Amino acid sequence: MADRPASDVTARGNLPPLELHVPEPPFRPGDPVDYSYLEIPAAGILPRPDEACAASETHPLCQGMIRVLGDDHRAVGAWDPKLDPETLRRMLRVMALTRAFDDRMYRGQRQGKTSFYMKCTGEEATSVASAFALADDDMVFPSYRQQGILIARGYPLTEMINQIYSNRADKLKGRQLPIMYSSREHSFFSISGNLATQYPQAAGWAMASAIKGDTRIAASWIGEGSSAEGDAHAAFTFATVFNAPVVFNIVNNQWAISSFSGFAGAERATFAAKAVGYGIAGLRVDGNDALAVYAAMRWAANRARSNGGPTLIEHFTYRAEGHSTSDDPGQYRSAHEREEWPLGDPIMRLKRHLIALGEWSEDQHAAMDLELIEQVKAATKEAEKNGVLGHGMHHPFHTMFEDVFEELPWHLEEQADQAIRERRTKWPEWKET
Amino acid sequence: MSVLEEGPVSLADAPIRRLNMIEAINDALSVMMERDSNVVVFGEDVGYFGGVFRATAGLQKKFGKNRVFDTPINECGIIGAAVGMGAYGLRPVPEIQFADYIYPGLDQLISEAARMRYRSAGEFTSPITVRSPFGGGIFGGQTHSQSPEALFTHVAGIKTVIPATPYDAKGLLIAAIEDNDPVIFFEPKRIYNGPFSGNYDKPVEPWARHPDSAVPEGYYSIPLGKARIVREGEAMTVLAYGTMIHVAEAVLADMGVDAEIIDLRTLVPIDIETVQKSVEKTGKCLIIHEATRTCGYGAELSALVQERCFYHLEAPIERVTGFDTPYPHSLEWAYFPGPVRIGEAVDRLLKA
Repeated sequence: MADRPASDVTARGNLPPLELHVPEPPFRPGDPVDYSYLEIPAAGILPRPDEACAASETHPLCQGMIRVLGDDHRAVGAWDPKLDPETLRRMLRVMALTRAFDDRMYRGQRQGKTSFYMKCTGEEATSVASAFALADDDMVFPSYRQQGILIARGYPLTEMINQIYSNRADKLKGRQLPIMYSSREHSFFSISGNLATQYPQAAGWAMASAIKGDTRIAASWIGEGSSAEGDAHAAFTFATVFNAPVVFNIVNNQWAISSFSGFAGAERATFAAKAVGYGIAGLRVDGNDALAVYAAMRWAANRARSNGGPTLIEHFTYRAEGHSTSDDPGQYRSAHEREEWPLGDPIMRLKRHLIALGEWSEDQHAAMDLELIEQVKAATKEAEKNGVLGHGMHHPFHTMFEDVFEELPWHLEEQADQAIRERRTKWPEWKET
Repeated sequence: MSVLEEGPVSLADAPIRRLNMIEAINDALSVMMERDSNVVVFGEDVGYFGGVFRATAGLQKKFGKNRVFDTPINECGIIGAAVGMGAYGLRPVPEIQFADYIYPGLDQLISEAARMRYRSAGEFTSPITVRSPFGGGIFGGQTHSQSPEALFTHVAGIKTVIPATPYDAKGLLIAAIEDNDPVIFFEPKRIYNGPFSGNYDKPVEPWARHPDSAVPEGYYSIPLGKARIVREGEAMTVLAYGTMIHVAEAVLADMGVDAEIIDLRTLVPIDIETVQKSVEKTGKCLIIHEATRTCGYGAELSALVQERCFYHLEAPIERVTGFDTPYPHSLEWAYFPGPVRIGEAVDRLLKA
């Protein structure tokens, strides 16, 4: 036993009292917005390391920002993916379709056709351009704002709307909250309402692909807010330990409902910089630049597919709308943020790039927008034939009890009988269709 | 805040306001922060914004960012930090935005907070109150509708409290914050804005018309572990809590059954005396909860009643619960233990 205490607590001198730091966003409702404090490098200046490089070679890129589209709307620098105009037009179309779809579904929720909706306005490039850079059979583990991937992979809009309406044609049998899609056929994993849970699952899927000597890789998306969840850190650790072929995307859209990115650590480090501590490759990309997003994802996908291991990509973007139909961002952030956002709008930027190339025009764009509105309208009408939420056209009651287990145990069979009996008591005329 | 001013009612000497449940919870937090500088409030979106259900609205402005603040989205961190602050001597009241999101924090609650007093022989305690909205009926799907109370009642060392009215919400929350043990305080979000009869096709009644929306200003507390007899009766004893109190009241009134309805308010420790006395009087027992059936809190209630009142029972104990499935979206009302399911059980008890 020590004959005196290890340290003398009276020897602290004149230190000031400790202070708690609680982050505060730069702008609140009504404030003018000035983003000049953001460090946004010019397009085309960052180097593009070899896809097989040591992870540490990418770490300077975690501090910068990969940008391809310059202020003159031209593609510049080592990260220019040099896509052909046809691919660019397809990418533009899917992004515009995603936005048209969001607008329509948002209105549908306001009209009472469903309970809930979430738009991805302003963030279309982070999912659509990523989907273009992956192979269609690479497994994606999305969060709730990656509808662009599903649309890019050709999932029918009508099926998406059936799910949103929870109607009798909904492939998920009305069980899930709107937009919590799932499509195995499109290598699109079932979306969870709990945050970041898909991240370690993506690492596990990628490990399985490696165990089996497959060629497919996994990719996952979370927001910067949910990068704070322990699941994200479990995922990074597993991925780095097992060199899993997985691409982790952090969509830094600045806001997690009412909490700005500072509540996920943005005051101290970039989100891409988390890669440094785990020893995995990291890239930070202008998330409103579809070409930069494509190039970063392509780099990471090629690396993963060649046994180069995991990459973390931070997509620096802005959530232009509320978190969901249940949110009112006017309560906590300045309305001027959206208009002042220095990285612009991803659809407008790709459009201007195509126009600068002489491969697109304002008239063509306007015509496309009208066409897409009609396409969404037609899909909506088709879906409405199978009902909207709460109007009786739902899945048979027995389906509520199916898929809890592979086989229905006796107690669920009894409860299913109960549910149907209750229905008949309430509506004696009712017949299950 | 939409507080309807009405004249003082004779519930207490303090001025009475008509509050909904959210306002009553907000009031309780405010009263306790005023009284005890060790009370701190934090969680996802609770600071500047005041919570996604507005339960902490205005508190940051009133008490400052040192005591009311947003947190990173990490429920393990929220509860773990609360345990650490409790060890320092604070009285943290963290919010978990939905009960469905509490699972990443379970290790901190179950292995740490619940056992801190025991493992340190009382040297360290966890005087924390974890508030969390729970339950369905708002088309929240399987990740915004769950009733996981039985996961917590099963853990030694955690108290579980569920209010059913604004008056109780304030008094119970104050008692929970003052309690030196960890308390999980589940708020039935379906009845935040008004009591619910179970008839989802009828408009929501605001709290202002309900007598228990009369909430006195200032400090008062309702002891944990004391049930409330909502209505005295002879035909059967109904044991319930939260939203289901109001559904049970409406159904039994519609059926004209003279039931004794008991709002348990605290699930652990349960007010066994009130339960036992009532069942001995009525001889029949109906248990109602929204949570899934198997190993739900109703199973514990049923066992307790059977152990203590067996020779007084005139009929098998009835359990009305949610089904043993995840909470569905489109078939929410087929899942919810509503008037028809309750009515069937009441009929069986009456005929027994």
